[in-house]
Amino acid sequence: MDISTQTADAPPPIPPQPSAAEQKRDARGATRVGDRVFLGLSRGSGILLLVVMAAIAVFLTYRAALAINRDHGNFLTTFEWNTNLIPPSFGIAVLAFGTIVSSIIAMAIAVPIAVAIALFITHYAPRRLAGPVAFVIDLLAAVPSIVYGLWGALILVPHMTGLFGWLNDYFGWTGIFSWDGGAPRSMLTVAILLAIMILPIITNVSREVFRQVPQMHEEAALALGATRWEVVRMAVLPFGRSGVISASMLGLGRALGETMAVATVLSPDFDIHASLLNPGGGTFAQNIASKFGEATSDGRDALIASGLVLFVITLLVNGAARIIIQRRAEYSGANA
Amino acid sequence: MSTAAASTLRGATLPKWSPYAIVGGAIVLGVAIGLVGGLDSKVQWGLIAGLLYVLGTYAIAARVEGRRQAKDRVATSLVWVAFVVAVVPLVSLIWVTVSRGVKVLDVYFLSHSMGVVADSQPGGGAYAAIIGSLEQVGLATLIGAPVGILTAVYLVEYGRGRLAKAVTFFVDVMTGIPSIVAGLFILSLMLIFDMEPFGFAGSLALAILMMPVVVRSTEEMLKLVPNELREASLALGVPKWRTILKVVLPTSIGGITTGVMLAIARIAGETAPVLLLVFGNPFINNNPFEGAQSSLPLFIYQQYANSAGANAAYDRAWAASLTLIAFVMILNLVARGIARWKAPKTGR
Amino acid sequence: MSKRIDVSGLTAYYGSHKAIEDISMNVEPRTVTAFIGPSGCGKSTFLRTLNRMHEVTPGGRVEGKVLLDDENLYGANIDPVAVRREVGMVFQRPNPFPTMSIFDNVAAGLRLNGNFKKSELGDIVEKSLKGANLWNEVKDRLNKPGSGLSGGQQQRLCIARAIAVEPKVLLMDEPCSALDPISTLAIEDLIGELKERFTIVIVTHNMQQAARVSDRTAFFNLAAVGQPGKLIEIDDTERIFSNPSVQATEDYISGRFG
Repeated sequence: MDISTQTADAPPPIPPQPSAAEQKRDARGATRVGDRVFLGLSRGSGILLLVVMAAIAVFLTYRAALAINRDHGNFLTTFEWNTNLIPPSFGIAVLAFGTIVSSIIAMAIAVPIAVAIALFITHYAPRRLAGPVAFVIDLLAAVPSIVYGLWGALILVPHMTGLFGWLNDYFGWTGIFSWDGGAPRSMLTVAILLAIMILPIITNVSREVFRQVPQMHEEAALALGATRWEVVRMAVLPFGRSGVISASMLGLGRALGETMAVATVLSPDFDIHASLLNPGGGTFAQNIASKFGEATSDGRDALIASGLVLFVITLLVNGAARIIIQRRAEYSGANA
Repeated sequence: MSTAAASTLRGATLPKWSPYAIVGGAIVLGVAIGLVGGLDSKVQWGLIAGLLYVLGTYAIAARVEGRRQAKDRVATSLVWVAFVVAVVPLVSLIWVTVSRGVKVLDVYFLSHSMGVVADSQPGGGAYAAIIGSLEQVGLATLIGAPVGILTAVYLVEYGRGRLAKAVTFFVDVMTGIPSIVAGLFILSLMLIFDMEPFGFAGSLALAILMMPVVVRSTEEMLKLVPNELREASLALGVPKWRTILKVVLPTSIGGITTGVMLAIARIAGETAPVLLLVFGNPFINNNPFEGAQSSLPLFIYQQYANSAGANAAYDRAWAASLTLIAFVMILNLVARGIARWKAPKTGR
Repeated sequence: MSKRIDVSGLTAYYGSHKAIEDISMNVEPRTVTAFIGPSGCGKSTFLRTLNRMHEVTPGGRVEGKVLLDDENLYGANIDPVAVRREVGMVFQRPNPFPTMSIFDNVAAGLRLNGNFKKSELGDIVEKSLKGANLWNEVKDRLNKPGSGLSGGQQQRLCIARAIAVEPKVLLMDEPCSALDPISTLAIEDLIGELKERFTIVIVTHNMQQAARVSDRTAFFNLAAVGQPGKLIEIDDTERIFSNPSVQATEDYISGRFG
């Protein structure tokens, strides 16, 4: 089969070279073998990637199916995760809620700030400051998430009590911001930590997009008598919008799948709470990390099932980002 | 002198020092409110000062300069406030890691393992974790880097048609896989074969995370190699595979190395798959193919999570964090250095 | 409502590099003045100092005076944003905002400067597009993106956008260099009409164009690469092209260098 596909879409055969008699002497057979081996290797790597992707989908689905068959609760709606009971009972409702809520709040905090910092670097900062700031934020994107997690648990959490007290005093009546005064290891803290984590990524991508705004569009706005902010609004933001959206999606993907930063900060339970300030709830990745140690092999299957759901969600988010990027490519192509 | 004309060009402008004055006023007021109101968190003081700065700027500019200028100044002040708000936690992160990390970070820490030292006791170190990290990341690189580079070569040099399109698409999809899902995938294989955790299992998951990153960066680099170079070589009768090996890859080797190093830096910090697959081990285990190992990120997590608040364990966690960040940063800096050093050659 | 420009002793820098040195000239209202000269002689830089666009370039700064009807653009308390509203500009490459429709492109400058009613805005947009000889070509697709037009149409759209805010002076930086001959002709005709209402300054590489459209012509030159550009002479176009007073001008016009 390997050989047949090779001949099917091999690169166009080398055209007959009547004058290349000397080259033919140069071990023509070996050349062919070399080309074939090299093509085989590189194409094989590509195919290996596809096989790995397929295997991820197949094996996760297989183990997940085993787990869901054993589940005596409803996999989608049960509010508990008791995989070691006989019969086991578990569901992902709480995890899906926690994952989505924490990621969305993180986005709501991080995206405006990231866009502002990207603008700061490209359009506002004095040039001597812009370079180093961009460099440092670049490096911060490489800080491992476990370090963010450690910092979040030991430094950020104690600093949240003041803010939580204030939110509870003035907005506690909404229910969302009510607080019993426990340790602030809650969804809001998680969301803030996630926001801090994804900020460098979103900033870096947005910065690149803003930097690519053609000078001539900005000059057009300036020549009409626009202030700096009006230039940004007329020329920079519209041009960079799809880029910022795809940067945000990238950040969202990170936030959805983040494990360690959530696992270190959150004090989880298996319920959906109205309050973002009281501890409780959980996310897919955090639940996998914290339940894994005590899970039997059946329990691990259940965790795999929840991981499959996370996988599908991130695929959807990344797919959306891809479509947006593609539109942007078409749009800028038409504009060239 | 026509006075009518003069009024259209001349706007009442705030003096140059006014933004600094407003910042100063806002900080003083913020501190005052914080003190009087008895707010214990300095974070709140800062937020109040930031808010006062933005509002003050708008109010003053709107009175003196008009609404459009006021909006412009508010945008500027918001951008600055956003910058400061973001810089505070990020600087704090670096500062805390360094200042707490240096406490127990010494040769002893780097050359000894936890062994039988209880998590709540001082002493011990991250040697086993460092060995584990090096072996796992090394093996992952041995798998991930060649596959990634070859795939990129396929996409750029050979890739046309449906297979190449599919590979491109799934490389993008793979980039978005959460690390814990990659870990779960290897875990599902291990469950089928009923295997115990071992270092190489972690390497496989890390390799999966590494491949798409390497493919992307290598692709970019290969695309930068001018077509004339390939054609020149092919026109000399050099076969395609030798052209790629002798002309294309050497031309872009700097960029490819940078990409691989950045990918290594990324997987070196991954915790979740290692937690599932390698499990952690306080003792030195030099064999990645048998038995549980540790790794630096996992060491940090376990020192934090299993220590029940013991300061000695937190100190070790910070020291390991500093070690890990130093490793990642050095990789980053060297990679950037290579990219910069190589850049003028491709530019010419 | 056009205004006169009096420049005296103007020197412009890029960082420490002196781009143009000690330029003085007058531009009368309702005339077309063309700037010609070899590449790098600073004519575009000089043009950009006339509406304070030069200082937008990092490191760009200016010494000297530019009087717009007796008011110094570089005086104290002058708002550069207000200057650019009075002195409009058309660029070398057509640059309509790619994300905006044709209508929004023309209205962009107006929307910055106050609250117009919808109908008012529509009237001004129509008037401006007619003024730029573009109305008949685009009146049925005002809501289509401006980037869908041809190069020549895009440039006229940019002219419409510039004149919509009723500037006193219109600066044009090689407005035809990216266009085909027919579009160029259309723009040149348009310049002839626009000078009834605006003071026009145009930079061009094309000497026939300068001869065709301008009333007065200024010749810029530089002693050597790296030296600042200088104004050699400015005179009635006819005189410059028939009997210039400086030898270098004649050499340049007759094609002996540049």
